[in-house]
Amino acid sequence: MLDRIAKAQQQINEACRTLGRPIVVMEVCGTHTVAIFRSGIRSTLPEGLKLLSGPGCPVCVTDQGYIDAVLELAERDDCIVATYGDMIRVPGKAGSLETCATTADVRVVLSSEDALQLARDNADKTVVFIAVGFETTAPASAVVVKEAAREGIENFCILSGHKLILPAMRALLGGMNDRVDAFLCPGHVSVIIGAGAFAEIVNDFGRPCVVAGFEPLQIIEALAEICRQLSNGKAELKSIYNAVVTEQGNVAAQRIITECFDAADGYWRGLGKIAKSTLVLKEEYRRFDAFARFALSDEPGEDLRGCRCGEVLCGLIEPMQCALFGTRCTPSKPIGPCMVSSEGTCAAWYKYGRRS
Amino acid sequence: MARSEPERVLLAHGGGGQLTSQLIRTLILPHLNNDPLSELGDSARLELESTSICLTTDSYVVKPLFFHGGDIGKLAVCGTINDLAVAGSRPLALTLSLIIEDGFEMGLLERILQSIGQTARQNNVSVVTGDTKTVERGSADALFINTAGIGIRLPGVNPGLDRIALGDRILLNGTIGDHGMTIMSQREGIGFESQLASDCAALADLTCMLFQRTGGVKFMRDATRGGLAAVLNEIVEGAKVGIEIRDADIPVKPSVQAAADMLGFDVLNIANEGKFVAIVSPQTADACLELCRNHPLGRDAALIGEVVASQGVPLVELRTKIGGRRIVQMPYGRELPRIC
Amino acid sequence: MPRQWLKDATNTGMSTMCLAIPARIVELVDDRAMVDAMGNRFKAKTTLLPDVKLGDVVLVHAGFAIARVDEEEARKTWELFAEIEDFEKTQNRVSG
Repeated sequence: MLDRIAKAQQQINEACRTLGRPIVVMEVCGTHTVAIFRSGIRSTLPEGLKLLSGPGCPVCVTDQGYIDAVLELAERDDCIVATYGDMIRVPGKAGSLETCATTADVRVVLSSEDALQLARDNADKTVVFIAVGFETTAPASAVVVKEAAREGIENFCILSGHKLILPAMRALLGGMNDRVDAFLCPGHVSVIIGAGAFAEIVNDFGRPCVVAGFEPLQIIEALAEICRQLSNGKAELKSIYNAVVTEQGNVAAQRIITECFDAADGYWRGLGKIAKSTLVLKEEYRRFDAFARFALSDEPGEDLRGCRCGEVLCGLIEPMQCALFGTRCTPSKPIGPCMVSSEGTCAAWYKYGRRS
Repeated sequence: MARSEPERVLLAHGGGGQLTSQLIRTLILPHLNNDPLSELGDSARLELESTSICLTTDSYVVKPLFFHGGDIGKLAVCGTINDLAVAGSRPLALTLSLIIEDGFEMGLLERILQSIGQTARQNNVSVVTGDTKTVERGSADALFINTAGIGIRLPGVNPGLDRIALGDRILLNGTIGDHGMTIMSQREGIGFESQLASDCAALADLTCMLFQRTGGVKFMRDATRGGLAAVLNEIVEGAKVGIEIRDADIPVKPSVQAAADMLGFDVLNIANEGKFVAIVSPQTADACLELCRNHPLGRDAALIGEVVASQGVPLVELRTKIGGRRIVQMPYGRELPRIC
Repeated sequence: MPRQWLKDATNTGMSTMCLAIPARIVELVDDRAMVDAMGNRFKAKTTLLPDVKLGDVVLVHAGFAIARVDEEEARKTWELFAEIEDFEKTQNRVSG
């Protein structure tokens, strides 16, 4: 593999030289953010190629209002909050799930099925599953909602914070940050929605889109492809993650999403309100919707003072440009989700990059 | 005479009276038998060949109590032996303090004591004195152990951070992440059945050989909580140097890597219980490596990096498999609880 | 009883969100599978892959198999896949 990596690196260098201007490539997947850092790829790229992180960390783009709703639920005596680990430390107005865990019943689960099982095992409480994630994770929520409906498990509901990546990419290019020249497309979201889903970005905005996996070879070859396209003045859709990604994606998974959810307007940290960008449970499954059951507001909350996560998420600033980075905002005392989430850009910079 | 033992540990077993005495004689002594201990005095009297000694203590609260590759008892002996070993001493004697929750199964306690005794014997150390306390249900989670240990310092051996110099090489005696991932995989809820096993082992035999036969070991530390990353960061902080290591040279079992990937852990941050990091002189590095590889506890040993000049802030930098670079930070946040 | 350890463990920066790993299906009953990732066995649901079979390698995310892995393709592009095959053939103990 090393010789292929060397070859791709050579291609990147050549293409950047030919192009003669700085290029900005954005990845929109938290796992890519971490993979890029852990493999040290940045340090091998030429000066002119800038690799930005975008709104690809589902926990990071979850707005403050949702987080406050989660904490409100945790306060209730009649609820068990079941969540993926990443949400535990995200700070809200009054602490986080972690800090309120001394009084509240908060369980970390590895799968939505575990959350449903909690409901079966705790008939006297209502289990609320904190359903955060992009299209990769949404099917897992849909499956358990259907299961709950089938088995009549009424003490179960989900707080859907699921988001769709394409509307966010469009919103970025349409206004928030149009300086992005190309996209490194998320490998596992593509498994579900299909590589073909990104064609609209290529067609409507003329940006190269390359779907890649998470090993260094994949990422570097994807960057080489992007650079090659840009230096030839092309904009195409390509997938190099063909071991698991197909053109049409996982149709069964897509079907189960549309069976249970509608796309609705929703608030994204940093990007504001984006049309048809979040998943809301359909009418027939409304009884499993925690927002409805507990009359929770889905209005955006107020971001914490001084926090510039929103700008980081749009790729407008790098973490080090935030005054709080590494000083008042650190992984052990985070202020914003970008520092808390293990896939957050700020956390990655702090953990793997030099601080000064 | 029939032994009329209750099946479970009772609070009274820690009371210092008849039941305590019975517990010591029927359960503890048989497994740990040695002269100083059998005197059952308030203190053990030892005649040491030297007054240059190392003294250490550690408490063990690992959960689960039994895991593939070991148990809390074995851990309690090995962990303390290793602290003495990496400091350049030959471990000699241990104390053993037990804090047992009321209701703890006697049969399990016996297994643990058996394990302690066996591990001690295999490594030529004696548990010379101890203490047993019991606490109410809920005051301790089943069983806590503390061991303190004494070792005789190896003559002429003075490992220290101040001895570390630019160009020194970094030696690791085997695969990392085994213990931590084994514990994680066996805790309730993960649903693994796996081949993972803790690397729990006493390293004194190997470390003494390294210190004495090569003369090139400048510093050594065992990589327990916080893993390799923690040790290397402690070294750069303490010695005010930089360290560069190579990802490709760090030995990791595929099953450990897969388990770590699955759960989102970085193997560099995971606890080990049979691994040390040694800073050795460049002239003796190859000899040290060879010595390790010829020993059962060092078969997968590797030279993983060098000590370099620190540029301002002392840092640990990793050269990745693709030739890139990234920093290895001190693991932040709370470490995995109850790992040792 | 709450999974305290997992709650605490997330403080070390554990991510469970987009992690997806390849694993081979070694048991399959309806949509309930047992999968094997380099010797680690755990449960996964195959609800999202109705056509999957025993012996297939799948990508598992958050307890669900989300894609069948095309082994031919994976062999060409995934270093990890080469390691998986190596492991399965030789039960190789050490990498790196």
